[in-house]
Amino acid sequence: MHLDATIATFLIQDGLTNGAVYALLGLAIVLVFSVTRVIFIPQGEFVAYGALTLATLDTGNVPGTPKLLLCFGVAAFLLDLWSWRRDLKVDALVRNVALNLGLPLLIYGAVLYLAPLQLPSVVRVLITVSIIAPMGLYVYRIAYRPLADASVLVLLITSVGVHLAMLGLGLIFFGPEGLRAAPLHDGSFSMGPLLVTAQSVLIYLMTILIMIALYFFFEKTLLGKALRATAVNRLGARLVGVRTQLTGVTAFVLAATIAALSGVLMGPITTIYYDTGFLIGLKGFVAAILGGMGSFPVTAIAAIGVGMVESFASFFASNYKEIIVFGLIVPVLIWLSIGAVHHEEE
Amino acid sequence: MKNRFFAGIAAIAVMSLPVFANPALADITIGVTIPTTGPGAALGIPLKNSIELWPKEIAGEKLKVILLDDAGDPSIATTNARRFANDDKVDVIMGSALTPAAIGAAGVAAEVGVPHFAISPVPPPVAKGKWTFVLPQYSSVLAKRMFTRMKQDGVKRVSFIGFADSYGQQWVEELKNTGKEYGLEVVADERYARADTSVSGQVLKAIAAKPDAVFIGASGTGAALPQIGVRERGFTGPVYVVSGAVTFEFLRIAGKAVENTIFSSGPIMVAEDQPDDSPTKAEGLAYLKAYEGKFGPNSRTQFGSHVWDAMVILKKAVPVALQKAKPGTSEFRAALRDAIESSGPYNATHGVFQFTPQDHYGLDQRGAVLLTAKDGKFQLLPEKK
Repeated sequence: MHLDATIATFLIQDGLTNGAVYALLGLAIVLVFSVTRVIFIPQGEFVAYGALTLATLDTGNVPGTPKLLLCFGVAAFLLDLWSWRRDLKVDALVRNVALNLGLPLLIYGAVLYLAPLQLPSVVRVLITVSIIAPMGLYVYRIAYRPLADASVLVLLITSVGVHLAMLGLGLIFFGPEGLRAAPLHDGSFSMGPLLVTAQSVLIYLMTILIMIALYFFFEKTLLGKALRATAVNRLGARLVGVRTQLTGVTAFVLAATIAALSGVLMGPITTIYYDTGFLIGLKGFVAAILGGMGSFPVTAIAAIGVGMVESFASFFASNYKEIIVFGLIVPVLIWLSIGAVHHEEE
Repeated sequence: MKNRFFAGIAAIAVMSLPVFANPALADITIGVTIPTTGPGAALGIPLKNSIELWPKEIAGEKLKVILLDDAGDPSIATTNARRFANDDKVDVIMGSALTPAAIGAAGVAAEVGVPHFAISPVPPPVAKGKWTFVLPQYSSVLAKRMFTRMKQDGVKRVSFIGFADSYGQQWVEELKNTGKEYGLEVVADERYARADTSVSGQVLKAIAAKPDAVFIGASGTGAALPQIGVRERGFTGPVYVVSGAVTFEFLRIAGKAVENTIFSSGPIMVAEDQPDDSPTKAEGLAYLKAYEGKFGPNSRTQFGSHVWDAMVILKKAVPVALQKAKPGTSEFRAALRDAIESSGPYNATHGVFQFTPQDHYGLDQRGAVLLTAKDGKFQLLPEKK
């Protein structure tokens, strides 16, 4: 089958759209890894939760995620109580109750009230993000904070555990069948032979916006600088007074927010299942590896590349698409290993 | 400390012995292994729901059901089947719903000599096994009906878009081999995975081949992606979709894109539309009444009623086997196997089963119907003369 210009432009558009979402996920993976050394495999589940929550809200029903958030909050609350069993301070307890019980209850109540109202799509997106983002906080508190000083390998194994747990919870709360959200904006326009949907334009805009926002966050704010300091040198950052637990939480909340937004962007253009997120997250991971797990701009460009390769591979050799995409990492790893200085796991 | 631990285990073991030993011999025990989690959960959950509708007894014998999850994993399904045979001494094994896992269970059933119902269209070498009976329609039953219709519709060039797994493979082979007899030519063979976020490349290539029709070999909501895709790219010709996609979730997601689309299906989805003399109507209505009464209107699926059909078969075969032996014995299991083969035909929800020693699929063309969809509902497609 030969490739003509029309088909090529379609494929490029498709690759760009998917690549933009992979770019967001790749950025979140690099962010979490550089600040906490956690390889954030459950990222994909947050994407799926975001998309499925939005799709459920579209139908006017209450999604399962607020309830899940409540469960997470209670678990975090109990863990905190346990860790303070020897010296309990009143002000800490109050803060704990507000953060771990108050916040999820507030969100749960708000969703219960707002879900049946058939609000405009922007509000539904905001609700979705405000449900998913705090999950990053609780997942960090429950699974990662107790292990903050463990080796990268232990953290990786923890990530696999969290991924499997969230996968199972996704099945319980959303069921086995896929859902598709309504487009945030229904319009479309043609550019020559190309039909551009408003949704895909929204994806490009959102990706660029989030990247600019991240840039300002890291360059201009104190918290952002603290995150960067932790990424450069954890021990050094702690010595000069950066609270590495705070930076860890921030990284996770940011990652969960980005994942929720990716889910919201992805939900209307494809069918999302409770277990779809993993594969989407892996594509972001491929981009992050191509960026050496450290560089934001290279990751973003690599993600667009992954989207393109995927799109063209699905045209020329649909049977081997995933192999081609994941095979991309092999030459990069070889290249990186040639230049790398060998160092022991600390 | 250690001694007390072992003493405790021994005490528990002794206490539980009489509990385990007695009832297993008196009742009819069925071991079911299905994927209620994992990639086959969309099949496993309606099956689990349908098992809840089973009667409490067959022919006066109490029914004991052991249900295990295999997550669609062949090795877990095999372990489950072995547990059923060795520990629970079951009279019947059922499962699994995904083909590789069903093949695993069939292997155990053949080895230990327990009648086995596969809830997946396992390929002919497995179905030839002495102990395995197949409940779902094998693709050839559905394909024949579909291809006849395609020929009547004047379709010659077909673009195939389907899953890159055994399900998609089965259908493309059916299309390439049997399809030839109906004058069908496959001009594009495109594959994708259920979890893929885009099929634009595949759709573009399928349409660029200038087909008369598009054939989608995928299941569940996963089939919606190419269905929407070909319509978005302006393809107005007929689309033929295989039975795995005949679910209400598919219609909900595909929305308007299902116009001019024909589905092959088991008769259960449209039990109400069937003529009164149809052999599949009575059981179909009974099943739908029970299932939708419990799980809500429009909760029906293709998949759940296979275990109802198994019960239709057992209700007729068990009394025959009971005349020869008591449940829980190997004589009973052998007698039951023979009875299943000889007591047909069984008018079930998915067709009329007529098992013979040579044919453990048992279904004929009465096990397949063609459907269209309108306003979020499936309708029986009238025969073209």
